[in-house]
Amino acid sequence: MAKRGDWVRIHSIVLKAEERTAKLPEDTMKCDLQQWTKGFLQDEEAKIGDEVTVKTAVGRLVEGTLIEENPYYNHSYGVFVPEIIEIDRQLREIMKFGGEE
Amino acid sequence: MALAKDYQSVMGRSNEIQKNALGLDYADFERSPIAFDYDALMTSTGYTLDEINRIQGLHGVGNTPLLELRNMTELSRKYAKPGYGARIFVKDEACNASGSFKDRRAACAVAHAKKLGYKGVMAATSGNYGAAVASQAAMQGLKCIIVQECYDSKGIGQPEIVEKARKCEALGAEVVQLTVGPELFYSFLSILEDTGYFNASLYSPFGIAGIDTLGYEIAMQCREKLGKDPDMVVCTTAGGGMVTGTARGLKKAGCDATVVAASIDLTGLSMASDTDFNKKSCTTGHTGFGVPYATDPDHSDVPRSAARPLRYMDRYVTVTQGEVMYTTEMLANIEGIERGPAGNTALAAAFSLAQELPEDAVLVVSETEYTGAGKHIQPQLAFAKENGIDVRFGSPEEDHPGVNLILPSDPGLMKYKEADINRFRRSLIKKAVKKSGLAPAELSEDDIKFLIAETKTDEAFVKEALAAL
Repeated sequence: MAKRGDWVRIHSIVLKAEERTAKLPEDTMKCDLQQWTKGFLQDEEAKIGDEVTVKTAVGRLVEGTLIEENPYYNHSYGVFVPEIIEIDRQLREIMKFGGEE
Repeated sequence: MALAKDYQSVMGRSNEIQKNALGLDYADFERSPIAFDYDALMTSTGYTLDEINRIQGLHGVGNTPLLELRNMTELSRKYAKPGYGARIFVKDEACNASGSFKDRRAACAVAHAKKLGYKGVMAATSGNYGAAVASQAAMQGLKCIIVQECYDSKGIGQPEIVEKARKCEALGAEVVQLTVGPELFYSFLSILEDTGYFNASLYSPFGIAGIDTLGYEIAMQCREKLGKDPDMVVCTTAGGGMVTGTARGLKKAGCDATVVAASIDLTGLSMASDTDFNKKSCTTGHTGFGVPYATDPDHSDVPRSAARPLRYMDRYVTVTQGEVMYTTEMLANIEGIERGPAGNTALAAAFSLAQELPEDAVLVVSETEYTGAGKHIQPQLAFAKENGIDVRFGSPEEDHPGVNLILPSDPGLMKYKEADINRFRRSLIKKAVKKSGLAPAELSEDDIKFLIAETKTDEAFVKEALAAL
């Protein structure tokens, strides 16, 4: 349960699929235009899925569905990609770093 | 009375909103349905090169190092005929305050917003420009909102763009994220109207004038370090600002180096497709932006774009995603400089372009960009694999965007592809005429002159292109 003043992430639908009139590929035409932003919760309390209002970093009041409390980033340097060390090995070999074996 | 905020109503007020958000009326520069006074638009900023230098100097921007890539030059020469293989240099733009050349654009745009009394700035960008505007807004004491196209309909984000969102927030901005589609512009305009902020567009004259210093510095640093001008300058191109500003700066320094634009070839992937969105492994520096912005500069977020790359480029070349990833690892592993992949697009092209120039020639790559979690070859290649892309070694000739990502199995296989620049020039002429609603025979002498400048060609070329319509 999030309380007033908590930092949260909200989601909303800007345009429903049937409201999209721009020139779009067929696959995109079937999708809603969705939007996310973050801010301080303005409601006394709310749970995930509730319609809420937040005050964003610049002070805008924005309404949306509460989807995350204390949101954080978890993007990373990715999982091991063996091709990368193969590039390194090959380049070092061609360049003969450290001199001839 | 509160204004209606539905799609049609907001888009209908687009011109008015943009005028208020730029403090600039583009109608002042229009000469006909085809032509407008580009030079007047650029000088309307009132910012001389000295003034821009002063603004950038105050805000952690510019005077970045020009680094010689000696090991990459040596490696490139192994695949050139005897006596060939230009010295390769790179302008280390990652040293700017927020980590890319985009700080040059943002410094001027934000300073201008502040001078005009705006309380905040906004920009629509999924690229480094967001961090640049956020950084400059923080330095210059303004509020900032960045709007980015970040996710597909399942809410899966491109790691490279997610990292840029994180960075913008770290620098104090609000980040509004959207799924795929050009209607991002509607959200952008709507927030612009509500907040009354300045549109720090990538394509405003303030933004483009800020890049002039980059070209100027390249010429001056070459003269100081090497006692000569660069022979070739290679610029990554997406929206066209880098090519435009760099070439303008080189000209201001009296340098006539060949200007080569380079993009990652993403032919076949639709930029507005929800499913294609996460099938690409580089989110900028590619033909999906490069070609449309070159051939139709005015489809941006301002009525007339100040970035007009076909006016300035001598050649347009493409490279593959795999070549760019490979080059990025090369830069880290044999030069000791770890930088972000998208900024290395021009460097990937430079590796083979250098092989066609004599050994005493100087080739300068105009940028690097910062790297970090998400914005690095490992997460980007890992993401490609997760999305079913066949990542493997082979010949770049086998490259098929959205299906595979081919890392060159040998550095000798790296070879840029020459794009047909005349086709792009004809395409620009065709689109300009179509937009104007005029028949080709109705064009005035002034319109023809404008199209000659737009395409860096001559009267015969433009007349021939018009006759073919």
